[in-house]
Amino acid sequence: MTTLPPATRKKLGLVIDLDICVGCHACAVACKEWNDGGQFGPLPDENPYGAEPLGVWFNRVHSYEVEPAEKGKPAMTVHFPRSCLHCETPDCVTVCPTGASYKRAEDGIVLVDEDKCIGCKLCSWACPYGAREYSEQRGVMQKCTLCVDRIYNESFEEVDRQPACVMACPTRARHFGDLGDADSAVSKLVAERGGYDLMPEMECKPVNKYLPPRPRRDGCDSMPAKSVQGDNVDFSTASPLLRWMDKVLSR
Amino acid sequence: MRPAFSVIFFTVTSGCGYGLLFLLGLVLAIHPDSINRIDALIPLGTGAALVGAGLLSSTLHLGQPQRAWRAFSQWRTSWLSREGVASVAGFVPIIALVWCLWRGADADVLQALGVLLAVLAAVTVVCTAGIYTSLKAIPAWRNAYVLPGYVLTGLLGGASWSWLIGAWSGGAHAQPALMAALAIASSALKFFYWRFIDTAPAASTPESATGLGRFGRVRSVEAPHTEENYLTHEMGFVLARKHATRLRWISLMLIGAVPAILATCVDLSQSSAFAVACATLAALCVTAGLFVERWLFFAQAKHVVMLYYGGTRPHHV
Repeated sequence: MTTLPPATRKKLGLVIDLDICVGCHACAVACKEWNDGGQFGPLPDENPYGAEPLGVWFNRVHSYEVEPAEKGKPAMTVHFPRSCLHCETPDCVTVCPTGASYKRAEDGIVLVDEDKCIGCKLCSWACPYGAREYSEQRGVMQKCTLCVDRIYNESFEEVDRQPACVMACPTRARHFGDLGDADSAVSKLVAERGGYDLMPEMECKPVNKYLPPRPRRDGCDSMPAKSVQGDNVDFSTASPLLRWMDKVLSR
Repeated sequence: MRPAFSVIFFTVTSGCGYGLLFLLGLVLAIHPDSINRIDALIPLGTGAALVGAGLLSSTLHLGQPQRAWRAFSQWRTSWLSREGVASVAGFVPIIALVWCLWRGADADVLQALGVLLAVLAAVTVVCTAGIYTSLKAIPAWRNAYVLPGYVLTGLLGGASWSWLIGAWSGGAHAQPALMAALAIASSALKFFYWRFIDTAPAASTPESATGLGRFGRVRSVEAPHTEENYLTHEMGFVLARKHATRLRWISLMLIGAVPAILATCVDLSQSSAFAVACATLAALCVTAGLFVERWLFFAQAKHVVMLYYGGTRPHHV
């Protein structure tokens, strides 16, 4: 059913901390690894060892340079993981003609039933965030499942019932939880750090939130630039040992 | 957006087909007595063939065409599903009319079926436009020009084919004046549509896409992948501006000026051969022009996901 549930009991999603993401792509690789063999796999690659490999990934990590308007302030590099935001009002679901796309009433996860998908690609056109990737080999659309086959998997220890991307992140830049519960750890994190929505003007109401980078330390100009003085090092005030070494090496 | 030929062929041929069926439905609704059997059956058959060819072509775009029947189920939310339902429903009056015209039927029955045919043809074209206007992620499609664009170009295609059929069969429903008016209206609308998409300020930017605008100007320094992926292949189609300008003029000539001039010229000579030549040329030009117009409709539509790939400012050089 492509009619959206009026409300979902939970709003499961991710909180991604742009302050500490180092852009290592471990989330993307762990996601590919898990989902290739998981319930919603495989995630096929076309021409994987050829000149132009192409394949389905649910996670993509971009890197941006942010140039402040203020002159003299240093630019900031931000690594930016992008995946399905499990929106509250996802356009990708309502445009689906077959009912293959749906949003679960119990936890808000947006999924594709690959047995119903006709591969018309309209959902990928409707998603502003590029969350859906089409598999030419399988002829169906694929997307992040929030590791629905991990988070409820009772054969795992409780601590392991998390999406693969969250488990893999070496800097703990990714957090998983119920964003509909104001008392959950993720909701508190969002409140504390000013977590925000991507492209709110698209009115899809993303569940996933992004935490902004913390303000960078100022003072690039005042940094003692000993290391960049080059050849013009003044040894007259240096220690006797360094003065002697300078003398020997200068011969 | 990457212009997929199957989708362009579908929207152009089904647009022309529904335009033709709509005009035939109107004629049957207004003058059920005056139209003779053959004059109704030829446009009915041609319209059904155009629509059918378009629908078959649209299934070529699918990854799993054998499941296409599932697309009739989600008409509550999906314009694509509504279009599917309306297009199949349209075959009910088509088949009923073929039967009634063949066997002979009362004017009342023809009139009722004509109304139904016109309504369903119009509804289907509105649904087609709805597929595009519902996509917030593609601002070039989500605006007030797109629905009238599909309706007018569908009517124009239908009118040009109707004139063609009328001229060849010597029938009564040759309407060069109607087609000329539609040609001028369609080309004017497309002109203003293109001006709109060129100048409308973008609601989304790399800054809003990443939410990093508060820190400054956002520039992509490294994409997530070195080769193309599905997104950049499907949504990242770039058309050089100089080609776009030329193609726009070609399309405006073919769907606007040329058919309007041909419709005016046809009165200069009483010769029926001249009329047939004018009608044939007009139908060819309009159909070709609609293909160019529809190709541009896709090729020039930018998807906001490309903002993540740094695809706004350097585009269209």
